[in-house]
Amino acid sequence: MNANRLLLALSLTAVVTVAFASTESIGDRQRIMKANGAATKPVVAMLKGEAPFDLATVQKSLADYQTGIATFVTLFPDDSKSGAKTAASPKIWDDTAGFKAAADKFASDAKTAASAITDEASFKAAMPTVLKNCGSCHETWRVKDAQ
Amino acid sequence: MGRVGRTLLASVVFGCFAAYWLTSFDAYSVFRGDDRLLPSRAPDGAKGKTLFAAGGCVSCHASPDSTDRLHLGGGKPLVTPFGIFYPPNISPDPDDGIGRWTGVQFIRALREGTAPDRHPYYPAFPYPSYRGMSPDDAADLFAFIRTLPPVKGKAPDHELTFPYSVRRGLVLWKLAFLNGTVLHRDPNRSTLWNRGYYLVEAVGHCAECHSPRNLAGAIVQDKRFSGGPDIDGKGAAPNITPDQTGLAGWSEAAIASYLKDGFTPDFDSAGGAMAEVIRNTAELSDADRLAIATYLKSLTPIQGQSRVR
Ligand code: HEC
Ligand code: HEC
Ligand code: HEC
Repeated sequence: MNANRLLLALSLTAVVTVAFASTESIGDRQRIMKANGAATKPVVAMLKGEAPFDLATVQKSLADYQTGIATFVTLFPDDSKSGAKTAASPKIWDDTAGFKAAADKFASDAKTAASAITDEASFKAAMPTVLKNCGSCHETWRVKDAQ
Repeated sequence: MGRVGRTLLASVVFGCFAAYWLTSFDAYSVFRGDDRLLPSRAPDGAKGKTLFAAGGCVSCHASPDSTDRLHLGGGKPLVTPFGIFYPPNISPDPDDGIGRWTGVQFIRALREGTAPDRHPYYPAFPYPSYRGMSPDDAADLFAFIRTLPPVKGKAPDHELTFPYSVRRGLVLWKLAFLNGTVLHRDPNRSTLWNRGYYLVEAVGHCAECHSPRNLAGAIVQDKRFSGGPDIDGKGAAPNITPDQTGLAGWSEAAIASYLKDGFTPDFDSAGGAMAEVIRNTAELSDADRLAIATYLKSLTPIQGQSRVR
């Protein structure tokens, strides 16, 4: 292999790795969010009175939110600002501290609710505060564009 | 000067006068003015409260530094392709807000886009939609706004690029694009549909974000509701006609529920500019949200752009 070819091969590998790395973190963070959606579905049904209250399901969702969001915030390397249909707002990289604060608030609201919720009444009182975090984070930190 | 020359000069002079007059502040009211501006009954503040929520006045006019959403001090920058608008103070403060306005002045602002001193407003204030409200409804809205706390301080001047910075041009814009009529109910449709039609088209101004615009900034009518551009850097508003690229897969109940808690049928949560809209629609009754959904599902499906989920 001559030097030119080696260079070409090396740079190709670099390109592929970069593309792969960013796609991977984008896919990972979207999977975490999809899981948030799945964890939220039964909880909202209970809030609306469409499903009976079930403490174990609620506690599981609250625990999943906390573990999910802790990983989520680590999945925004500089090379994942665009591509792979990400809807992450560029603001995440401009104001990382603000974004992390939104994530922390979600985690701590979920934690507070987990200890407060013991029955249906406390669930109905504490859960909406947790769920407000979904919309308020998406309002500032997510942008869905037309393709 | 020959005959032709004189005729030419005369028509140029006439043309200049005509152009000057057409952009004068009275032209719109001469052509399209509505002399039925007067309300027909005593205003009802409770109805006004609902219209205030559906109209999303708070989204643009709330003081950005206040936690009370009912402080309508204005001044929150609205970034558009034409420049930055700073919506004014519309609190009942007599000096800085609209405390000294009469009912008719308010109705004319909302329905005709004309200020008490007769200057035309920019359509960044969505009066092209609000004009569909009846004078009675506009008066209800005014009655409700007058019950809110007065706020001191004026908003900064708009920072617009030329030629948009010239207000005179707006008179022509209004003549070309502003349909001055009140929205009329369709007797062949249900009461629920008519309520939705009114809330979406006249009050909720949903089309203002969810439609593409032409170079003059007016909505492209045959693409109405099929999705709009990125506003204020907050993402494109998707297609909300019942097409595959829009709301085909959403039931009426799903749309109504989204307008209450922001959750889509796949339990994604509304973001961008829609999060604020939902803060307003959440204050409506279940019946009103269902009416909006019923109307959206009755629209002609239009293919729009597909989008990132
Ligand atoms: C700290 C901010 C934050 C919070 C809190 C948050 N999200 Fe998200 N969410 C995001 C971001 C950023 C994206 C876009 C990720 C991307 O596309 O790269 C997203 C995307 C999503 C998606 C789309 C995933 C996909 O298929 O691409 C769903 C669904 C979702 N979120 C649901 C939720 C729900 C439900 C909650 C609340 C229980 C929630 N999110 C809370 C930031 C957040
Ligand atoms: C999308 C943003 C937006 C929304 C929503 C909005 N406005 Fe405005 N409004 C504006 C802007 C911008 C102006 C200034 C227009 C101009 O200077 O030409 C304005 C001007 C006004 C004025 C004139 C004030 C003055 O001092 O001349 C009134 C009155 C008003 N709005 C009332 C309302 C009411 C009532 C609602 C709700 C039904 C509402 N607005 C909703 C952006 C908005
Ligand atoms: C200020 C701009 C704006 C206005 C006004 C507005 N929308 Fe939206 N709308 C958006 C944006 C942006 C989204 C995308 C939300 C997201 O990214 O999660 C959206 C999303 C939606 C969706 C979900 C569609 C989907 O495929 O996810 C529906 C339904 C909707 N809007 C209905 C309405 C209705 C009804 C009104 C009037 C009452 C309205 N919108 C007014 C900007 C707007």
